[in-house]
Amino acid sequence: MTSKILETDSTGLGTPPGPVRPVARRRPPGAPTALGLGSAMIFLSLIVLIPLAAVLWKSAEHGPGFFWKSVTTPDAWAALKLTVVASIIVALINLVMGTLIAWVLVRDSFPGKAVLDTLIDLPFALPTIVAGLVLLELYGADSPLGINLAYTRVGVAVALLFVTLPFVVRTVQPVLLELDRDMEQAAASLGAGNWTIFRRIILPNLLPAMVSGTALAFTRSIAEFGSTVLISGNLPFKTQVAAVQIFGQIENDNTASAAAVSTALLVVAFVVLVTLDLVQRWGSRRG
Amino acid sequence: MAIEARHINKAFGATSVLQDVSVEVPSGSLTALLGPSGGGKSTLLRVIAGLEQPDSGTVLIAGADVTRLAPQRRNVGFVFQHYAAFKHMTVFDNIAFGLQIRKRPKNEIHKRVHELLELVHLDQFAKRYPAQLSGGQRQRMALARALAVEPEVLLLDEPFGALDAQVRKELRAWLRRLHDDVHVTTVFVTHDQEEAIEVADTIVVLAGGRVEQSGSPHEVYDNPANEFVMRFLGPVTELDGRLVRPHDIELTAEPEPGSAEATVERVVRLGFEVRVEMRLGDQDAWAQVTRGLAERLRLAPGETVHVRPGPDARTLAVV
Repeated sequence: MTSKILETDSTGLGTPPGPVRPVARRRPPGAPTALGLGSAMIFLSLIVLIPLAAVLWKSAEHGPGFFWKSVTTPDAWAALKLTVVASIIVALINLVMGTLIAWVLVRDSFPGKAVLDTLIDLPFALPTIVAGLVLLELYGADSPLGINLAYTRVGVAVALLFVTLPFVVRTVQPVLLELDRDMEQAAASLGAGNWTIFRRIILPNLLPAMVSGTALAFTRSIAEFGSTVLISGNLPFKTQVAAVQIFGQIENDNTASAAAVSTALLVVAFVVLVTLDLVQRWGSRRG
Repeated sequence: MAIEARHINKAFGATSVLQDVSVEVPSGSLTALLGPSGGGKSTLLRVIAGLEQPDSGTVLIAGADVTRLAPQRRNVGFVFQHYAAFKHMTVFDNIAFGLQIRKRPKNEIHKRVHELLELVHLDQFAKRYPAQLSGGQRQRMALARALAVEPEVLLLDEPFGALDAQVRKELRAWLRRLHDDVHVTTVFVTHDQEEAIEVADTIVVLAGGRVEQSGSPHEVYDNPANEFVMRFLGPVTELDGRLVRPHDIELTAEPEPGSAEATVERVVRLGFEVRVEMRLGDQDAWAQVTRGLAERLRLAPGETVHVRPGPDARTLAVV
């Protein structure tokens, strides 16, 4: 099979290989960018960087030995472990269920869809302590549903699931909405079955959103206080999460230990965010 | 026949899109489904590909009834107006997709994809992503992807619709030559009559969900079945209650048998041709003549000329 080459060339037939990306256009130097960057940096510093630095500073006050001792006291270590493990499980459940809910909201049509779509954001609106109270009423000792999760780790996970539900749904939903349906039809006409289309066409396009939604859910989850404080019953070594343990330390005027445990949480969150970012970059480079 | 669509009906809600449409596409042909937008041509193409289910009617591909067959199993190549490139895959992987689905051996896939890359002149672009290609290049990639699985028929839905005029013209000519080389039965949808006439060997005119006429470009242009087809396929003007192609109008200085007197209103030179706008009684008409003739007749506004349909002119009574 051969074909003649076109004489004219605006289609790029026969264009020699070379850099395709046009050189990024340089912004005209001037005030607007500097002003924008400056404002962003000042705002970020005031709201995020300085408070975080203060926490780190506080935790390092008494040296690394003290820090290590603070985070490895039996109750602090147990709280950290529970928090991280529960958050991983919660984030993974969110990954699957959040993607599924986003899928249903975008691809299916059913009565009440608009209502459901609005409901998704409610966990954000409800004060988390109220959420904890409601969960305790529903899944506590006097559960009208006959499910008693009070003072259990499952109860903690349910509370975390409640408050972190919107993250994956709301990151995946817009990407799914924008996804070119023609791609799926093209794959189908090339012989791909539904599962193959999902795995090879849809999933790779959703993955970045799924990963960032999951990361958000995870980081939100390890810091959660309000919703867990009631349903967990704060049993040290059993259901006490890190945020509640920190609160206890603060109440006992042990702020340096509280800062140390907080720093441990920050480090975990930071490592997870950086790792996921690297994974994504690696993934997008591979295509 | 490579494709037979028989008595296809399709409605979206209350809107009927295809009404008892029957089309036959001979093996190895390059057929255009031509018509105005909303005429049902894209829907018909999608019904053939299995991307849409007809409400009634039968689709046969290579003699086999595929009406209830999923698109995956029809062995058609489909090219979309907006390329439908798999944007997370390289050009190579896009083209290899159908072969990978069919679990062909790696070295065979490699060989076939490189053949196709050469065929569509994208050999140097194998490792690029679709976002790094121009529109014309993306569409050629989509074409190679569809051809990779050696489809029974190749279906193209407004394949050049999203491209600018210059690229569109080049790709048209290229598609024609590609078809001469590859000989796969091809159906493409277009609303551009010039594109259909230039590229296709058979034209099916679809409007309002019905087939208005089908035949060779020559047939539909010269012997339009009705006023709609005549108007859609090229310029027309009205002369004495009949539709005539402006280039079929004969202008003379003196009256001839069957001619009518007209007053020239405007003479527009369009390079090699001259457009003469005239007034006949209470009607406007125009004729397309050569520069030589315009000069010989000294056509100028206010002059009187005599017009009649030329001896070979095809005319159609205005209903």
